[in-house]
Amino acid sequence: MSDIGFVRKDMLPEQAPPASEVGIIGWVRENLFSGIGNSVMTILSLAAIFYTLAALLPWVFSPTWNAGSLNECREILHAQGKEGHFAGACWGVIRERWIQLMFGFYPSDLYWRPIVTFGLMFVAVIPILFNMISRRMNWFLLAVVILLATFAFGGIIAWVLRILSAAGAAYLAYTLFATDKADRAEQIAQGAKRLPNPLIFSALFPFIFPWLLWGGSLWVPIGAILGFVIGYYVYAALAKTVGGLAGLIAGPLAAIIWWLFLVGTFAGVMESIIPLSIEAVESRKFGGFMLSITIGVVAIVGSLPLGIVLALGRQSDLLIVKALCVGFIEFIRGVPLITLLFVASTLLNVFMPPGTNFDIILRVLIMVTLFAAAYMAEVVRGGLAALPTGQYEGADSLGLNYWQAQRLVIMPQALKISIPGIVSTFIGVFKDTTLVSIIGLLDPLGLTNAIRADANWNGVVWELYGFIAVLFFVFCFSMSRYSMYLERKLQTGHK
Amino acid sequence: MSELTTDREIDRSKMQVSDEVAIEISGMNKWYGSFHVLRDINLTVNQGERIVIAGPSGSGKSTLIRCLNALEEHQQGKIVVDGIELTSDLKNIDKIRSEVGMCFQHFNLFPHLSILENCTLAPIWVRKTPRKEAEETAMHFLEKVKIPEQADKYPGQLSGGQQQRVAIARSLCMRPRIMLFDEPTSALDPEMIKEVLDTMIELAEEGMTMLCVTHEMGFARQVANRVIFMDAGQIVEQNEPEEFFNNPKSERTKLFLSQILGH
Ligand SMILES: Nc1ncnc2c1ncn2[C@@H]1O[C@H](COP(=O)(O)OP(=O)(O)OP(=O)(O)O)[C@@H](O)[C@H]1O
Ligand SMILES: [Mg+2]
Repeated sequence: MSDIGFVRKDMLPEQAPPASEVGIIGWVRENLFSGIGNSVMTILSLAAIFYTLAALLPWVFSPTWNAGSLNECREILHAQGKEGHFAGACWGVIRERWIQLMFGFYPSDLYWRPIVTFGLMFVAVIPILFNMISRRMNWFLLAVVILLATFAFGGIIAWVLRILSAAGAAYLAYTLFATDKADRAEQIAQGAKRLPNPLIFSALFPFIFPWLLWGGSLWVPIGAILGFVIGYYVYAALAKTVGGLAGLIAGPLAAIIWWLFLVGTFAGVMESIIPLSIEAVESRKFGGFMLSITIGVVAIVGSLPLGIVLALGRQSDLLIVKALCVGFIEFIRGVPLITLLFVASTLLNVFMPPGTNFDIILRVLIMVTLFAAAYMAEVVRGGLAALPTGQYEGADSLGLNYWQAQRLVIMPQALKISIPGIVSTFIGVFKDTTLVSIIGLLDPLGLTNAIRADANWNGVVWELYGFIAVLFFVFCFSMSRYSMYLERKLQTGHK
Repeated sequence: MSELTTDREIDRSKMQVSDEVAIEISGMNKWYGSFHVLRDINLTVNQGERIVIAGPSGSGKSTLIRCLNALEEHQQGKIVVDGIELTSDLKNIDKIRSEVGMCFQHFNLFPHLSILENCTLAPIWVRKTPRKEAEETAMHFLEKVKIPEQADKYPGQLSGGQQQRVAIARSLCMRPRIMLFDEPTSALDPEMIKEVLDTMIELAEEGMTMLCVTHEMGFARQVANRVIFMDAGQIVEQNEPEEFFNNPKSERTKLFLSQILGH
């Protein structure tokens, strides 16, 4: 019985793992050929990939970029000895029509406006989407975009803007070079003045955006902003004198009255004193990806706050609020988007007083936003339901009021849980914008019909849809990656 | 009744009960639907008292303590906390909540905020304290509960005992006059229980008014000046700890004590 006892005399040194466990060979063996079934699957998959690519790549790499019609494409391919239906892609159609796929029938001398709009949009969303970029960097980007934009038009305003933005960009570039992040943090800690928060621009952008795209008087967006200011002051004045509830009712009411009846007059009067307008572009000239992105972005940006309000309303103790929210959500979710779009395009006019000109794109924007908001509300509600009641109690016990608790404790967590669902809804909404082609708006899909009706391109299918699909994929895939980035960034604590 | 919560000397010099009334409950009744949870509760708590509430599971201890800062609504009777009567007026409720700290069994820290942010949230938003000052206060109290080095971590990265101490510090940052504890140690391992109880003892030594639902009878003996025994939604017995443990009057109390102390 004495041979059970054992004492190790010398400790074993660490050894490198056997070659089969590391390196490429180890990885391949582990992941691709770890058994008979796995090996067969690997070989079959490789074969499938190979045949797909072998069929696709020669079609994609076809030298038809400069062709002016489908027949020219066929001739080029014929000269190479390629025949048949899938001889090669006819890329000439993309070269000739890509601008149209981007801008629809937007006046070509005004293309700079949508381009600048989307450039500014980029600057406006950066501080919302990423917090790693500094204020200086953000204002610098804005100055650069404005500077570039000023080269698209002339006149005294262009010169003023050009000089201001160039000076601003130069100054910001100088400070960016002269002091790095750590030095700057030091300066701020010692009381140096910070640049204004770039979110100010993000907040102004929703007013700049329609003005740049549709044109008209700058006094209209200024009037729209004034509506908020008026609403706020009415609220503040009444809240102090009469009571909070009166302010909450009268404030928004004043703003709505201003927007519906007075903005027009205000803009007209101001315009006649100081003319500040750019050429107007009608809605029916909008088209292509510009239209898709416009509808998509407005629906995305509008549906999130609306969805949050609906989700909160659905949880509310106030019976009427709750019933209204549930009714709205269930009604919208129970009706196909296409029906809502038909309502927007035809029925709505029946209810409008004759002679009102309610812009078709605006109508579509409202419908798509409401549609997205209903789905968003359910996604957010899922996030709210996942939070333990302890979080509400923790916030309550500290004396936070309802809105503070929602904003500081509940929503940040509920939204974080819902990120995958929210982004899925965004992606869905963005792709659903293609449905507007059915009511006659010329989104990229709507334009394909127009292009294929052209005698030169009659018969082109795959190239157009493939191009559109790739662009949609780029947008949707970026959103999906962004959501993963955000989830990782917001990850606090271990599982 | 051997295990004492702490081996160190407890400084009773500041544990003075004043004449000032902190909480007054009179004729309070509460129902969940048709279930009568709290029945005719009458209780006066003076400033500086340390009260332990004990009783079998389901006897309404949590409900009682949660009524005191309106996490639960009572249907009958009167509750006056720190001179403010609890009515359905939201302003009063928020005011009382900011004066009364509360610690929960499951801590209820905010997992998306760092420890420091957890502690500064309410001072900044409710008390409108400048951020810098709020952070200084928070660090002061984190040092007091002996975890200043964790200030930048997130709750999910701390042990249970540490989380509960953060929760205490978070409440203290509002500089409450009264602290409520609902089984602060029952989700913790024995070693962690000790760290949390030590923190609570220190609080008591500074003269904080405390109402504590707990099964830690050692704590009750050493720190409390009054033990309240509840059963079936009513206060069955209350007394000084020595009397309560050595000489219980009611049969229910005797039964409960024999079960919980295992004699
Ligand atoms: N939200 C609620 N709705 C209905 N009944 C409830 C609710 N919360 C608690 N109760 C009931 O009220 C009674 C008292 O609950 P309470 O949580 O106050 O007990 P407790 O004394 O804290 O018990 P424990 O020691 O288990 O925590 C229990 O019978 C419980 O089932
Ligand atoms: Mg309880």
